[in-house]
Amino acid sequence: MRGGALKRILVLLAALAPVASAQIAIQGETVYTMAGAPLKNAVVLVRDGKIERVTTGAAPAGYKVMKAKVVTPGLIDAHAVLGLSGYLNQPQDQDQIENSAPMQPELRAIDAFDPKERLIEWVRGFGVTTIHTGHGQGILISGQTMIIKTNAETADQAMVPAAMIAATLGNDARAGQGKSPGTRSKMIAMLRAELIKAQEAAKKASDKDKKDTARDLRLEAFVKLVNREMPLLITVHKDNDILTALRLAKEFNLKVVLDGVADAPEVLAQIKASGYPVILHPTMQRSSGDAENLSMETAGKLAAAGVPFALQSGFEGYVPKTRVVLWEAAIAAANGLAADKALGSITIDAARLLGVEKRVGSLEAGKDADLAMYDGDPFEYTTHCVGVLIDGKVVSETAR
Amino acid sequence: MRLAISLGVLLACGLSAQTTPVAFTGAHIIPIAGNEISNGVLVVQNGKIVAVGAAGSVTIPAGAKRVDATGKVIMPGIVDSHSHIGSVEGGDGSAPIQPEVRVLDAVNVRATTMQKARSGGVTTVNVMPGSGHLSSGQTLYLKLRQGNTIDDLLIKLPDGRIAGGLKMANGTNPRRAAPFPGTRAKSAALVREQFIKAQEYKAKIAAAGADASKLPARDLKLETLVEVLDGKRVVQFHTHRHDDILTVLRLANEFKFRVVLHHVSDGWMVADEIAKAKVPVSLIVVDSPGGKLEAKDMNIASGAILDKAGVMVGFHTDDGVTDSRLFLREAALSVRAGMSREKALYGMTMANARILDLDARVGTLEAGKDADFLLMSGDPLSVYSHVLETWVEGVKVFDRSDPKDHLLAVGGYGASRNDEIYVDECEVER
Repeated sequence: MRGGALKRILVLLAALAPVASAQIAIQGETVYTMAGAPLKNAVVLVRDGKIERVTTGAAPAGYKVMKAKVVTPGLIDAHAVLGLSGYLNQPQDQDQIENSAPMQPELRAIDAFDPKERLIEWVRGFGVTTIHTGHGQGILISGQTMIIKTNAETADQAMVPAAMIAATLGNDARAGQGKSPGTRSKMIAMLRAELIKAQEAAKKASDKDKKDTARDLRLEAFVKLVNREMPLLITVHKDNDILTALRLAKEFNLKVVLDGVADAPEVLAQIKASGYPVILHPTMQRSSGDAENLSMETAGKLAAAGVPFALQSGFEGYVPKTRVVLWEAAIAAANGLAADKALGSITIDAARLLGVEKRVGSLEAGKDADLAMYDGDPFEYTTHCVGVLIDGKVVSETAR
Repeated sequence: MRLAISLGVLLACGLSAQTTPVAFTGAHIIPIAGNEISNGVLVVQNGKIVAVGAAGSVTIPAGAKRVDATGKVIMPGIVDSHSHIGSVEGGDGSAPIQPEVRVLDAVNVRATTMQKARSGGVTTVNVMPGSGHLSSGQTLYLKLRQGNTIDDLLIKLPDGRIAGGLKMANGTNPRRAAPFPGTRAKSAALVREQFIKAQEYKAKIAAAGADASKLPARDLKLETLVEVLDGKRVVQFHTHRHDDILTVLRLANEFKFRVVLHHVSDGWMVADEIAKAKVPVSLIVVDSPGGKLEAKDMNIASGAILDKAGVMVGFHTDDGVTDSRLFLREAALSVRAGMSREKALYGMTMANARILDLDARVGTLEAGKDADFLLMSGDPLSVYSHVLETWVEGVKVFDRSDPKDHLLAVGGYGASRNDEIYVDECEVER
């Protein structure tokens, strides 16, 4: 009786203590910090939305304790169309492509992003806490991407409101119906013309006398590319198109992220030599069109060659409307990519590639308290994600 | 070494099943019929299973070729109750109901999707035309033997007919400009009209009796529907929304046809009604809801919910909607969402065998059944496990250690082209 009463008082005290919600200790049998080797029986201390420290042993007093078999950093999906390409797949919820012109780098993802989109909650339930999302593939230049947490309530809470400018090369970028670009050569000719214009504008801008006062949003975006203020995210699959992308990037000294790259194993040396990072196609993407040669083993080959890369959920035009990047990494892990590299491709390596590694991607003191908890190997089909924290707040506790 | 592997070579390797018995020993065997066997023996001969059981309980015939399968898992060949492999086509745009059209006349046995399915462990498959019609034609139940022509893959029924069902669909997919239906009610009305014609056609045939001169003129469309009315051809019905599912049950009840509900995104909402109708489900499990309006409430726990309600659940790939090479994910994700391991594996094998009326031949490892089985590197529900070998009727049709088969199993340069594939062995190894 006395023990029961004491327990009730303690529960009451815990409920009354407001500080408890701001201080959470996440205990894991295995904690993958992604900043060093995995820790056994470790605890991640969270205070005021940040990681206070990661330590082995028991949680100190004063913290709300959550336990899980496996703890990882919140997962990062390095390239999605979540929030722009809605789950209903009806015209009213599809904002990832604007077809009125082949090059529209002035379109901003933040002006279209729907943070309440059901698929964002869907991927969050499996541990995804940060997404790089925005205008999609399928048009020469579709717009600007953004980086945002999956618990954001508005687009203005984006970590990076304008992250990259999205481009597509190859068959998918054909305009069709007699419009330009109708061929691969035309695509590059059109891009070169715009980039040359941008170089001239950039030169003028540095000369106060010649500075043009009339603003041109499209030109401004191209100027950001030639000034290396924003990277060009080039979705490209065929080996010859990959080399074309590298040729263009070299001519204009662009910052580039290669995306998709189904034929990467065919031109691995050139990709490696370019120094550009890769956001590899989803491991389970359908092998058709320019991506007909994709392989479940490419992630392992990129890792072996030392090419920095991350994995993505990509774009899906039909069913399923989004992939879950955790499961894409799992297939890579089952097909030649070491498990730690697979987890890296959806945490710290993705964070570095996106330039947000100071805030997310690993469990280290001072970083955002974004964590995912699992009841087993996160890659196993039958394991559940049992909890997700973003900025120190529990956003999911249902086993998924 | 430049290695050209043609189907001809593969045929020469062994189209005919061994007359010498082969005994696989030491494997973890999942027979589906009965408990899993931790140290099991499987004996096959002449394309059939001779014996299966625990080591010591099975007599290995003298002169049998022994294969040490220690550390490996053996399970029945997977049955896929809904797929579009083989670059199949069905009805054209001329009419919404085309039961006279046969998938049989449009399968490319050399399509890479066929061998990819074998690499995923699929040994029996229902190849279907699409869902853009109320009925897009006759489906085909195939054995994925390493055949040279479509005839080599067919399943002949005891009455001489070729095994297959009839594809039907409702909901949004068959809705388009006339002569296709514009609404759900119109869809059902068009279907009822045809089945009533088929009833009348059947009555005329019955009335003619032995007098051939009184037989009605042959009508391929109605002949097929009469097979459906007679229960000889099962309707494989694409349906998603809860009300569309009930429409299928209403039609099946009116015309007393045998039916399997396919996809059933909303099936979990009407699980009790499906169970009460004693109609099986062929379920697809995909990575997220949506992609089309009817799939907005797709539930990853559908398998668990339907099973709990008493519905027999088989799984399908709908390949290319999902990839046959990753078919086992559906069972595993269903287990994640609450389905039992036994029922999930049953749904990959025996449930589908029953859905295709082939349960006397395939779906379990039991003596007397076809020697269709898989050698796996580990547990079938683990992401890390691979299908190492796929056997159909005692013939190995997929071998992951073969460079060409490996290429198709994981993808890579040329793996998706429907031409002869040339593999440089050295390149593959590197």
